[in-house]
Amino acid sequence: MKITEDIVREVILEVLRDLAGNGGLGSSAGKASAPVEFKLIGPAKQGVDKNEVVIAIPPAFGTAMTSTIIGIPHQQVLREILAGIEEEGLKARIIKVNRTVDVAFMSHDAAKLSGSGIGIGVQSRGTAVIHQKDLKPLQNLELFSQSPLLDLATFRAMGRNAAKYAKGDSPRPVPVRNDPMARPRYQGLAALLYNKEVQYLNPDKPPEEVAVRL
Amino acid sequence: MSKRQKRFQVLAERPVNKDGFIKEWVEVGLVAMENPNDPKPGIRIQDGKVAELDGKKRPDFDMIDTWIADHCIDTSVAQEAMALDSLQFARMLVDINVPRSEIVRLSVGMTPAKILDVIKKLNVVEMMMAMQKMRPRRTPSNQAHVTNLKDHPVLLAADAAEAAFRGFSELETTVGVGRYAPMNALSILVGSQTGRPGVITQCAVEEALELSMGMRGLTAYAETVSVYGTDQVFVDGDDTPWSKAFLASAYASRGLKMRFTSGTGSEVQMGYAEGKSMLYLEIRCVMVAKGAGVQGLQNGSISCIGVPGAVPSGIRAVLGENVATVLMDLEVASGNDQTFTHSPIRNAARMLMQFLPGTDLIFSGYSSVPNYDNMFAGSTHDCDDYDDYLVLQRDLQIDGGCIPVKEEDVIMIRNKGARAIQAVFRDLGLPSVTDEEVEAVTYAHGSRDVPDRNTTEDLSSIDAFMKRGGNGLDVVRALAKNGFTDVAEAVLGILRQKITGDYLHTSAILEGNFDVLSAVNDPNDYKGPGTGYRLEGARWEILKDIPQAISPADI
Repeated sequence: MKITEDIVREVILEVLRDLAGNGGLGSSAGKASAPVEFKLIGPAKQGVDKNEVVIAIPPAFGTAMTSTIIGIPHQQVLREILAGIEEEGLKARIIKVNRTVDVAFMSHDAAKLSGSGIGIGVQSRGTAVIHQKDLKPLQNLELFSQSPLLDLATFRAMGRNAAKYAKGDSPRPVPVRNDPMARPRYQGLAALLYNKEVQYLNPDKPPEEVAVRL
Repeated sequence: MSKRQKRFQVLAERPVNKDGFIKEWVEVGLVAMENPNDPKPGIRIQDGKVAELDGKKRPDFDMIDTWIADHCIDTSVAQEAMALDSLQFARMLVDINVPRSEIVRLSVGMTPAKILDVIKKLNVVEMMMAMQKMRPRRTPSNQAHVTNLKDHPVLLAADAAEAAFRGFSELETTVGVGRYAPMNALSILVGSQTGRPGVITQCAVEEALELSMGMRGLTAYAETVSVYGTDQVFVDGDDTPWSKAFLASAYASRGLKMRFTSGTGSEVQMGYAEGKSMLYLEIRCVMVAKGAGVQGLQNGSISCIGVPGAVPSGIRAVLGENVATVLMDLEVASGNDQTFTHSPIRNAARMLMQFLPGTDLIFSGYSSVPNYDNMFAGSTHDCDDYDDYLVLQRDLQIDGGCIPVKEEDVIMIRNKGARAIQAVFRDLGLPSVTDEEVEAVTYAHGSRDVPDRNTTEDLSSIDAFMKRGGNGLDVVRALAKNGFTDVAEAVLGILRQKITGDYLHTSAILEGNFDVLSAVNDPNDYKGPGTGYRLEGARWEILKDIPQAISPADI
């Protein structure tokens, strides 16, 4: 991996956060990372390229909120998913879904716009789905429901598997992780974050395509 | 603080302080049951129709108001019921001289805000008294989860056999990987009927697939048909009360038992609580279920328990929603099914709220597998807590639906469940189950103790099974052909229920001989001491006989 100035800065910030009294619950959730630099390309178009995977994010992602529920910067989340897709030789497009933060519908919107029919949806807290356009909205190819357990390796594997589905393979699903104690620690906070997140929605605004500088 | 006080340092490390606590945020509805934004009770009936509901006129009704007004509230008693003082009605709930039937006659004429107003008057002991009298079925019972991280079918069969053997009336599975669903359903069907005939099973997955599995006879009931207390959350799920009612009748018409699911906290968790309290919105859900004509409801916050669990009086509200369900004369499967705390003390206290009064299904469900294998993200109690649970039943003389078992019997029944599914797989052309797998699952604690399977092969074979129209009768045939005649008969017995339909009555469970126990033939007749369900006689002899107790005769 090439060490860029950004990475160094992030690492320093992270170490500082850890030193600042272990943060405690919630201190690093949702914010406290550098915002993602988005460039608006325009209204999200129907893809035709069979070699693409579309990633859907909500409006607050990387802007009003900048990290997942366990404090992983959104910048790194996107970088890992994109890297996973690239590893398989495919391309990615990113769209902002403005109408809903429901990860099933976000990811289904992405899949429908994707030339390959495969899409990924990621909420700001980290919850994610790999979707396929012909499935029903509440079905999925893979669901990553426990946001506190999603680490960088999982986001990369998610990108890789999405690309494999796009190529028509049947990859082994990313191993499911389970922590029964994630709920007591994080669910109240997740509700708090979600209520902040929906305040950035605009039900009448169609999805937009964006580019990111990572 | 530069210098910590040592007691506070110890306290900071206690499990309870790993839990997340949130201060109330009234404006978005992050509040359990006391919210000034909740509507005030009121009703106006015009020409036999509800013209005004809790301060809102019909033209202003949202989708859920309309549904409740038109399909739930019994307008023939509404005026009488609404005229009763809430405090007086709350006292009737705990008054042993007022029978259940009189309460239900009136409560079904009440509005959501009225039910909320009544429940707010009760403390938790009074709520438990209300539950003891109001649950529809006289005999309490219990449900278990049977899942594992690997979706390992042979382990599922063995675990289902053990759970059924331990006394649970219903078993629920779900998946790690979605496409495994029919194989999981098949595995716990075979396992459950090996452990105890008459235990009914479900597989909680996407609705269309779940219905299809039920119609094929791979499952016998459904419960994860979710309803919500605000229009926006409903619509976000691509649903309405009408679509849910349609789904409910699809199940009922095929002879499948079904109940809805809801729970406090879901609306605020999904960001659209409209600034109302969690309990008010949950009471709307209960009334949506009642209006749809389903026989019961799973609630007690369920998968959102971390939300009410994080705010003041939240666990009281969770018991309150169970009480709201029985006030609507519905079967209640009362939660306790999701981890909500790191603290064993909080955990037990929360469970006692349903365990002590007894409910139709105290847990929905109890994790019959280690929590690391629980694909509902963990239950409050798991297989490692069995002995604590059995001792609690014995200490307090309470029937929590679990019976003491001997290790050798459990080994035998797990092994038989595994061999039965081995035979079924062989006969149906599903990937083979080795004798090593059978041995491993027989003695396993959880999926860490069993070898991995070839998941790609499992998935393509179960896809093919579904494509060629595989169903419950195929399973019966396979069992019968391979010498598992008793299990074959039990699976057939479950299929037969779908034709007789007796287990579609409110709060129905099946006994070992397939006799139905429901609110119709086993109605709750509690009227104070000496009445209602009492743990006594032969059942008490079984429940108190834990193997680890020393017998005076042996010394």
